[in-house]
Amino acid sequence: MRNAGVVAVAVFRESVRDKVFYNLVLFAVLLVGASILIGQLTAGQDVKIIKDLGLAATSVFGVFIAVFVGISLVSKEVDRRSVYPLLAKPISRGGFIVGKYLGLLTTLLVNTAVMTVALYAVLFFLSRNVPANVQQAWDAPALDPHLLQAIALIYVEIALVTAVALFFSSYSSPLLSAVFTLGIYVAGQFNADLKHFNEIVDAPAAAVVAKVAYYVVPDLSKFDVKLAVVHGVPVGAAYMASASLYALVYIAALLFGATTIFARRDFK
Amino acid sequence: MSQPAIRTRELTKDFPVGFWRPRPYRALDRLSIEVGAGEVFGFLGPNGAGKTTTLKLLMQLLFPTSGDAEILGRPAGDLALRRRIGYLPENPYFYDHLTAEELLDYYGRLFGMAPADRRARIGRTLDRLGIGGERRLQLRKFSKGMLQRVGLAQALLNDPEVIFLDEPMSGLDPLGRRDVRALMLELRDAGRTIFFSSHILSDAEALCSQVAIVAKGRLAASGRLADMGEFAVHGWELVMANVPESALDRVRAAARQVLAVAGGRYVIDLAPDSRPEELMRELAAAGASLVSLNPVRETLEDVFVRRVAAMGDGARGDGGGR
Repeated sequence: MRNAGVVAVAVFRESVRDKVFYNLVLFAVLLVGASILIGQLTAGQDVKIIKDLGLAATSVFGVFIAVFVGISLVSKEVDRRSVYPLLAKPISRGGFIVGKYLGLLTTLLVNTAVMTVALYAVLFFLSRNVPANVQQAWDAPALDPHLLQAIALIYVEIALVTAVALFFSSYSSPLLSAVFTLGIYVAGQFNADLKHFNEIVDAPAAAVVAKVAYYVVPDLSKFDVKLAVVHGVPVGAAYMASASLYALVYIAALLFGATTIFARRDFK
Repeated sequence: MSQPAIRTRELTKDFPVGFWRPRPYRALDRLSIEVGAGEVFGFLGPNGAGKTTTLKLLMQLLFPTSGDAEILGRPAGDLALRRRIGYLPENPYFYDHLTAEELLDYYGRLFGMAPADRRARIGRTLDRLGIGGERRLQLRKFSKGMLQRVGLAQALLNDPEVIFLDEPMSGLDPLGRRDVRALMLELRDAGRTIFFSSHILSDAEALCSQVAIVAKGRLAASGRLADMGEFAVHGWELVMANVPESALDRVRAAARQVLAVAGGRYVIDLAPDSRPEELMRELAAAGASLVSLNPVRETLEDVFVRRVAAMGDGARGDGGGR
């Protein structure tokens, strides 16, 4: 498994060379542009809106990279046949999969970290001229450290989505992998609704499908504490831990599945 | 023979074809071969014969339907074994965002080489393959021939005991082919075992101590090329210039066929036991000059065609690309 680290470094390097981090420029432009615009339109609400926007953009950009880089992580190597000389080296197929995963996770960590710094920087500049009495009326301070909780869970969610993309990428084409991964992502946002699907539809078959999906598809709404954090509602450490553990179980299962499939795959 | 460097036993690979009702397509049919340590082994056959399939099975890029393969006495899938082997795939592709040096550094790390050792090996290997000057050039800027050299470099980076080369001459210009031949002979002299696939007989003739010929997924022949009757000399083709009229009767008496070609030259077809050197001497004494003398033998392609025809319907249909 030591060699998984070697593969991870290679994936990170490829992300840099493929200009994946260019999305950060778009993120910065979005945040700065929005803060200028909102500052002129609203009074006192601009910090809250920027927090909302910043957290949402961090999540969307991260998921976008997780899906569209994740789906080609393995399939690109197989399609281009670069996997042939690689797998003739002393690395197991499992090590290859885990390395690919860790590499993209590192890319996403750097990406999320830079976005976090950018968000705090914009919030700092927005809040510095606001009088203290106005700031006291806010639900949470501008540079609220609890934002990091929301960002941490966004990262955990991205890590889970990456594992889903990698799982499909281990045996499917990029197009199908993208469809499946985005399907899981969307279903995961509404997972809680699937539980009670039988109460709102009168189709037993559909209800069974929804029930199965409820148990199989990860509940991604668990990782969304953006609203709570922006409004200063505390998110407990126990909740953070349980949500992370929940994701970890899914990630482990998906990586195990991806490794098992990939280990048996013929490269024609 | 002591323990063979490579051994396959009844190695068979079926691929499912068809979407709704897949049926097996036999790409390789019960291949049993042994390659001794230190040999240069030519694995010959036309396109679609099963050469690449065999190499992929040996590299565990494919899993056999039945049968097994061993390299250096260990199962082909053994992870530790990969430190002792090198592999050049057919038409290799490497990460084009990397430079040749970065690519080899990546692979060197997978071999667990220490940084100083890695740097030294990378420099040495790239220089050996004649691309040391381009080590910091991104691979996307490499020509096909240069990529083939990079492929050879990565196959030799770990100084392997057994080297598998799938069509190593592919994409190389005449100079490149000559360099690769020299490299393979150098590796042979250093005691390395080389297993290479090719569809070009001259490569095999120049390099191989042993060959196996596959056609339609089956082993058609194996052994030393010189011992294979089909590749024995079937005659001589003597080309002489300035042959005087008076000598032509003597030439016609000795030859199976005489053909006058442009420039006053004659192509003289002689039987295998006709001692062409005597005729050459006589004609030279009469004022003619030697242009060339070549043995006549069947080409590998002729043998392929006949073997494939002889296999008839018992073997699978043409596959191509496998």
